[in-house]
This record gives sequence, structure tokens and C-alpha cells, in this order.
Amino acid sequence: MSAVILFMATIAAIAGWWLSQQRLAAKPWLEEGVAVDFRGERGSSVPAAKIGLGVFLAVVGSLFALLISAYSMRINMVDWRELPLPRLLWINTGVLIISSVALQWSLMAAHRDDHEGLTVGLLVGGASAVTFLAGQLVVWQQLNVAGYVVASNPANSFFYLITAVHGLHLIGGLVALGRTSAKVWRGAPMIQVRLSVELCAIYWHFLLLVWLVLLGLLTGWTDNFVNICRQLLT
Amino acid sequence: MVDIPFDPVAGIPPAEVGEVELYHPRSWWTRYVFSQDAKVIAVQYSITAMSIGMVALVLSWLMRLQLGFPGTFSFIDANQYLQFITMHGMIMVIYLLTALFLGGFGNYLIPLMVGARDMVFPYVNMLSYWVYLLAVLVLAATFFVPGGPTGAGWTLYPPQAILSGTPGQDWGIVLMLASLILFIIGFTMGGLNYVVTVLQARTRGMTLMRLPLTVWGIFTATVMALLAFPALFVASVMLLLDRLLGTSFFMPTLVEMGQLTKYGGGSPILFQHLFWFFGHPEVYIVALPAFGIISDLISTHARKNIFGYRMMVWAIVAIGALSFVVWAHHMYVSGMHPYFGFFFATTTLIIAIPTAIKVYNWVLTLWRGDIHLTVPMLFALGFIVTFVNGGLTGLFLGNVVVDVPLSDTMFVVAHFHMVMGIAPIMAVFGGIYHWYPKVTGRMLNDVVGKFHFWVTFIGAYAVFFPMHYLGLLGMPRRYHDIGETSFVPASAHDLNAFMSVAALIVGFAQLVFLFNLVWSLFKGKDAGGNPWGATSLEWQTPETPPGHGNWGKELPIVYRWAYDYSVPGAVRDFVPQNEPPSGVAAQGAHP
Repeated sequence: MSAVILFMATIAAIAGWWLSQQRLAAKPWLEEGVAVDFRGERGSSVPAAKIGLGVFLAVVGSLFALLISAYSMRINMVDWRELPLPRLLWINTGVLIISSVALQWSLMAAHRDDHEGLTVGLLVGGASAVTFLAGQLVVWQQLNVAGYVVASNPANSFFYLITAVHGLHLIGGLVALGRTSAKVWRGAPMIQVRLSVELCAIYWHFLLLVWLVLLGLLTGWTDNFVNICRQLLT
Repeated sequence: MVDIPFDPVAGIPPAEVGEVELYHPRSWWTRYVFSQDAKVIAVQYSITAMSIGMVALVLSWLMRLQLGFPGTFSFIDANQYLQFITMHGMIMVIYLLTALFLGGFGNYLIPLMVGARDMVFPYVNMLSYWVYLLAVLVLAATFFVPGGPTGAGWTLYPPQAILSGTPGQDWGIVLMLASLILFIIGFTMGGLNYVVTVLQARTRGMTLMRLPLTVWGIFTATVMALLAFPALFVASVMLLLDRLLGTSFFMPTLVEMGQLTKYGGGSPILFQHLFWFFGHPEVYIVALPAFGIISDLISTHARKNIFGYRMMVWAIVAIGALSFVVWAHHMYVSGMHPYFGFFFATTTLIIAIPTAIKVYNWVLTLWRGDIHLTVPMLFALGFIVTFVNGGLTGLFLGNVVVDVPLSDTMFVVAHFHMVMGIAPIMAVFGGIYHWYPKVTGRMLNDVVGKFHFWVTFIGAYAVFFPMHYLGLLGMPRRYHDIGETSFVPASAHDLNAFMSVAALIVGFAQLVFLFNLVWSLFKGKDAGGNPWGATSLEWQTPETPPGHGNWGKELPIVYRWAYDYSVPGAVRDFVPQNEPPSGVAAQGAHP
């Protein structure tokens, strides 16, 4: 459970930092009037949808941290047999990176009021995300054909489960991306589009980060990394 | 109304909010059924939760009939008994208490108490309820499928949960896991709303340290639930795959009915870790909103400011954080390393400190207060007593050496019913009696309410006090029939019969309560806007019940905290949060 504890500690640190900004030592029984509400002084503030996405990412992060915890506990059992990872996985990773970069590009275009760049970025981002998902399905297909079916070994079960959960989250993201694209298509004002594109881009970067961590886990890199850290400490 | 366009970038809502921001129902369907108004969603959540809760109540009657009078009722066999305890536990903990506190109280009170017009994502909020309803329907469907509901116990421990021999192996367990997965998806949608509304939609002047403690409790519980429910989600998905696809996440190599199963090598302990990583925070997910509600009830009905408001807030946050590092105290008998147990016993006992601070502060709030023994106050007092009671047995069970002999006995059942069954339900009742006038505009009947309280309070103690003793005798939990054993004397059987009669009476009192809810809706005394003379914002709405958008033309401006009761020199014995300081006119107060 160390992965999830680490994750929770990170969340606790963020929450603690935020709480430390909230004047929790105030004595509300002594303070009257509106002057103590310091939010007004800060000027601009983050839109609700962005905070909502942040909270949602914490939930998704918790989900993946728990999956990683379960994985790292189960891997120590004697019946674990590594499965060979198809080459295609690396290509898929590249495609997902392209998708993330394209959405970032799109966001930058939105900030420049560059309508064409925005559209191209969204299209490339969406298309490469779909390609990634198709690629993952092909990976499943290859493993299945090679006899690595879902129930034959826990390593396989975890591989299918983790890739499926990640893929489902990307599909959810594609729904949001579709709605954003529809908004752009209808010619909604740039200020609204900008926020939607930004949320999509953040979500994509997050899923890319999660995927890289998962890939490190599945290839065993994380193990080596943890071992090196452990040796440095002892 | 002046039409100010909604600016999605602005953090603080302007004092005057235009029509664009708010969703408006256009037909009967969107007003009362597919409504995006948090108040309607709250009522929908509450009615659904109480309906499925009634099923769990009936199940508890059936269990008590079997325990009190074994062999008398031919329609309860061992399998059914196991199904009853499983469904009773699961419904009460998740589908009733969690849904009622967060979906019911949360939806109704958060926007009103922070001075918002509605939740920040109303559409997602509506979806949250419908997914929850679907989860409840899937759960209820397990009673009608071949083989009936699962009888794996509410903890659903593998391997037995999905092996033949456990009732509901065919359909029950599959639907149960599916229902849990749906519940978590639905809750996440609602939870995002509760958190972001508290963070972003507070009205002017409503700093975090001016929030009523109810909001603090619900807010912290929601954050915890958002982080903890994924553990149950992962566990449910993996168990479902073990059951349906034959994977071996949790299933060890084992022989079933003389045949080697297809499973091998899995770890049941892994499931326990995941389950309790959710399961322990769940205790506080139910307790923290109760703490908040009780704080507000005590302060209002004792006409005194809450003692140690800051400490109360810090304690809520501390309990929320600590509850994530105690989960393995549910697993002392799973064969864990002794040092591991020592660590978790220590963290468990540390949680007693912020919890005790809260109890002392409630008692000190009551100290020399002007205590009105209204029905909400009675339930609040009942909560404190019961919570202390259950909390103290928690200290027993938190220690490894005491827990090991008491594990899986009736003592554990008595402990958790006191601390997270009776105590939170007291807070629920107190809250309903307190806020019902705001929801409906009418008072609940006082005489019936007092009857309800006394029968519930005394009856609950008649059921669960003797149960501690049975546990100390060594009477195991989850047994359909104790039979003849040397360590259980005949008197224990008489005690069981007594508890069963008490349980039937307590259950009957809940029917009286439901009758009161319906009867008062039509015949109750007119409540007016603020029958209790309370300070927090929900009592200051221009209409009762609050209209669509809650606040009429202007959002309220908050000038003080929520506990200005019996302020020396003030005209009335309470000063509402939105009353400007003396000498300052409302108009001149804009920053």
C-alpha cells in the first residue's frame, strides 16, 4: 500500500498548503463585517470548472495509485509470470504524446485567437487519441493470439485491467473533447472555448503522465528505480 | 431584475446575479423529476435512501426474530440469515447513511448555508442522483434473482464471497458488485459538486472560518469519500473479474467440493487491504457530517455559541487526515506482523484525541447554556451519549491484545452499531427534525417526535447494551443458530429474546416517524421562516421553503460567524449571519 500512502501524503501536502492560506487561525467570533473576506483582494480567481477538474484528477489519481498498490502487492506472489510487452506499446505511447502536444498547441492557439490552429490542434489531438485506443486494442489482440489471455496469469490480468481503466478514462476525455470541438464548430466565443480547451489539455497531460507511470510499472523500470533509491538510502 | 451576464472567470459571485447563470425548469418533469435544483435532488436522495433503509430495517427484524427465537420461524434458514445480515449491513452503511448525509443533507444545506443559488454543476448533480437510484435498483433486484442476494457478509471477503456454498453465488454477488460500482460513479459526480461549491460559490463575506460546522463536516467527509471510494471501486472491479472471467487477483489455490478450482495464487489479504482502505474512512464519512450537524443543533438549541469553534474545525480536518492511516486495525486477526499491528493500534488511539476534543466542546457548549429540550436537541444529546459509548468500546477494540479475543464476537457488532449505527442515525433524526420546517414550511409534530426519540433511544440501548455482554461471553457474530454450547448459558438466550422484542419496538417507532413526516407535511403547524431563531444563512431565505435560486434578487452578504447566540447587548438572543454590524447600513457595506 506504499504507492497509495505516498499519493495520499501528496494530497495531504497540497490540502495542508491550501488550508494554511485560509486563515484557519482566525477568531471569527471577534470579527464583524465583510472586510475579513480577503478573496476580493486577490483579484482574478480560478473558474469553478477548473477546480472541479482538479478535484476529479485527485479522484482518478487515487484510483490509479490503488491499482498500482494492488499490482505491487500481487507481483510478490510466487505465481507471477511476466508477460512480454508488444513493441506496439511504444508506438502507442508516442501517439499519446502527440495527442497531448496537439492539445497544448491548440490551447496556445486559442490564447492567440488563432482559430485555424485551434481547430487543427483539436482534430490532431482527437484523432491521435483514437489511434492510441485502437493501438491498445491491437496490443490486446496480439497478446491474446500469443496465448496471454486475461485469466491465465495475474500479470496478464493486471495488464488488461490497467490498460482498460486507462483507456476508459481516455474515452471519457474524448466525450469532453467532442463537446469542445462542437462548441468551436458552432463558433462559440473564444473566452468559453479557451476554458474548455484548457480543461481538455490538462486532462490529457494528466492521462499521459499516468500512462508513463503505468508503463514504467509494467516494464519493471519502476522496480529498478525503487531498488536504486533503496540502495542509496541504506 | 438587472441582467448581469454570468462571467465564468469570476471567483466571487457578484451581489446581484443575472438570470443567465441559473438553470430554469420549464415543465413539471424538469421541475420535480429530472430537476437540476439541489433542493429537489436532496429530497429525491433522502426519499430513496429512506425507502431502501426501510428494507434494511425489515431485514434487521428478521435477523432478530431468528436470533431471539431460534428454530421458531421456519421461513428463515441459515442461507437466508446470511443474506439478511449482508444486505442489512451494506444498505445501512452505504445506501442509507452515506447517501443521506452527503446526497441528502449535503445537497440541501451546502448551497443554502454558503449563500449560493445552487450547486456549481447542476446537471452533473442531477446525473449523480439518477445513477444512485440505478445503483439502489440493481441492489434491490438481487432479492428477486435466482439464488437471491449474496450472503457473503457486508465485507464481501474473498474467497468465500464468490465460491459455491455462499448464498447468492450466481447472481447476487455480481449484482452487488455492479451496484457498488454504480454507487461510486454516482457519488463521485455529486461529491465534485459539494466540494467545488464550498470552495467556489461562497457568498461575499463567507470565509471558511465563518462556515457553519455542518458544512465543514460534510465538506471534509466528501473529500475523504472522493479519495476512499476508489479503493472500494478497485476491489469491486477486481472481485467481479475474479468471479466472471476467472482471474486470480484475490483467489488463492483452493479445493471446492473436492475439486481443484481454476483459481490460484491470489491474495485474499490484498482484498482486505483495499476494502478497509475504503472501509475505515467510511466510518468518518458517516461520522463527520453527524459531528457538524450535532454542533449546530447544540449551539442553536442551547442558545449559546459553539465552544472552541477553531478547535472544532481543526479536529474535523485532523480526524479526516488520520482516518486514512488506521485501516489495518480491522485486520488484526489476518495474520499480520505484530509491529504492523502496533503501528495501527497507535494511530487508532491517536484519533481519540481530536474526537475527544469535539465531545468536550459539545459538553462545554451545553454548560450553562439555555437548553431547550426540543426534539432536535434530544436527539443531539442522545447522539453525544451514544457516540461516547461506542467510541469507548472502540478504544478496547483498537488494542491488538484486546481485539484478538473479541474479534468476530457480538462485542464488535455492539461497538459498531453504537458508534456508526445508532449515533449517526440520531444525528440524521435530529437534523430532520431541525431542518424539516425549512424544507416544507411546517413543523413536525412535537408529541410524536418526543415519543419517537424516547422509544428509539431507550430501545436502542436495550438492544445493544446487552449485546456487549454477549460478546464478552464469546457469542460469535454471523451465526444463524448458536445451538448448545458450554460457554453460552441459558440466560444468554433469554437476553437474546429480550433484545429481539426491543428491536421490534424500536423498528415500530421508526414507522411512527415516517407517519409523522407525511402527516406533518399536510397538517403540521406553520413554521414561519426561522422557527428556532437560528443564525445561519439557510434560515434567512426570503421564502420558506426556499424558492428556486434560494435568495430572490440579491445574494446575502455575510458579516459574522454562524454562532452569535445570546450576544450581550444585542436586541434578540441571536444575530443572523447576514445582519450588518450595528451602525452599518447594508448598502454601505459593499467593499
